[in-house]
Amino acid sequence: MAHDHSQKDDSPALASADAHTDHVEHPEWPVYWKVGLFLTLITVGEVWAYYIPSFVASKLFVPILLFMSGVKFATVVLFYMHLRYDHKLFRALFTGPLLIAMATLMGLMFLFSKISA
Amino acid sequence: MANHVAHASHHYTSTGLDSKKVAIWTFIGSECMLFASLISTYLIYKGRSVTGPLPHEWWCASTNTISATRIANCPPDQLFKPILNIPVTSVSTFVLLCSSLAMVLALAAVENRDRPMPPNATAWQKALRSSKLWLWMTCIMGATFLGFQAYEFTSFVHEGLTIRKNLFGSSFFTLTGFHGTHVTVGVIWLGSLLAIDYKRGLGPKDALQVDIAALYWHFVDVVWIAIFTLIYLIK
Repeated sequence: MAHDHSQKDDSPALASADAHTDHVEHPEWPVYWKVGLFLTLITVGEVWAYYIPSFVASKLFVPILLFMSGVKFATVVLFYMHLRYDHKLFRALFTGPLLIAMATLMGLMFLFSKISA
Repeated sequence: MANHVAHASHHYTSTGLDSKKVAIWTFIGSECMLFASLISTYLIYKGRSVTGPLPHEWWCASTNTISATRIANCPPDQLFKPILNIPVTSVSTFVLLCSSLAMVLALAAVENRDRPMPPNATAWQKALRSSKLWLWMTCIMGATFLGFQAYEFTSFVHEGLTIRKNLFGSSFFTLTGFHGTHVTVGVIWLGSLLAIDYKRGLGPKDALQVDIAALYWHFVDVVWIAIFTLIYLIK
């Protein structure tokens, strides 16, 4: 198994970092193909839902599609981008701006009456 | 094991983390905000075009009528169908998802280059150790995605939708064009890694460089996951 190669092994400062991420390992093929299959199945589900007129007309269509998209997004970020295994600083560097971006998007949608409270 | 190799060229921050990896995550964070602004613009303008062609609706040019269903009394040469091609885009989405899988396998191959191969290794086990194979696969799938995008853009222009035609055209081409540019940069980046791999071979000491390229590539993939749902599937 491979270790997190972004960390310096002999750095004095690493001692504290290692306390949180000691022997961080990336997954390999057995995990990656299952993640790939999971992503494919969700994509198939999304496209399938698009072709069911009664479901498209229902109020559940948009929330369910957004949920499936969010699950795919999180799966890629956690497993393929290794955020599940990497140092917590990387998580903060990604999720912080992502939350700001999502809040901005939602704020603009409210401001332009695309969604209502 | 692979990562206990000394990295003389790496620069470490006071956290003990490599500055290049901190930089790529910071860059990805800023890219999140860029794409959120582009997606917001698309969504704000959605449904505000006063002329077609339109993404999910039929449009009669002679009467400037917009309808969710086929407009019966419109001359055939004036009738424009919904312009988004979901089957084609679904295939290109699948290709991009597969390219992410190839990319993680390329990184794993580079990280594990120095590990001894079992004497009775199967062809598949040998393939999993080939960084060239997985980098080629990623490049080819990225280029295929770009080919699909070029086909889509060309067909849209032939159907009368340009970046100057309406609000949908302006926001759609800007958003997907920015994404396509990112994919192009990614393909060039992966191509340069492939060239290095052929020249001197990529090993565990290069794992960080490959990891940084992989993070960029996966980010391009997750942006498309959002675009596919928000722009193509939600009517």
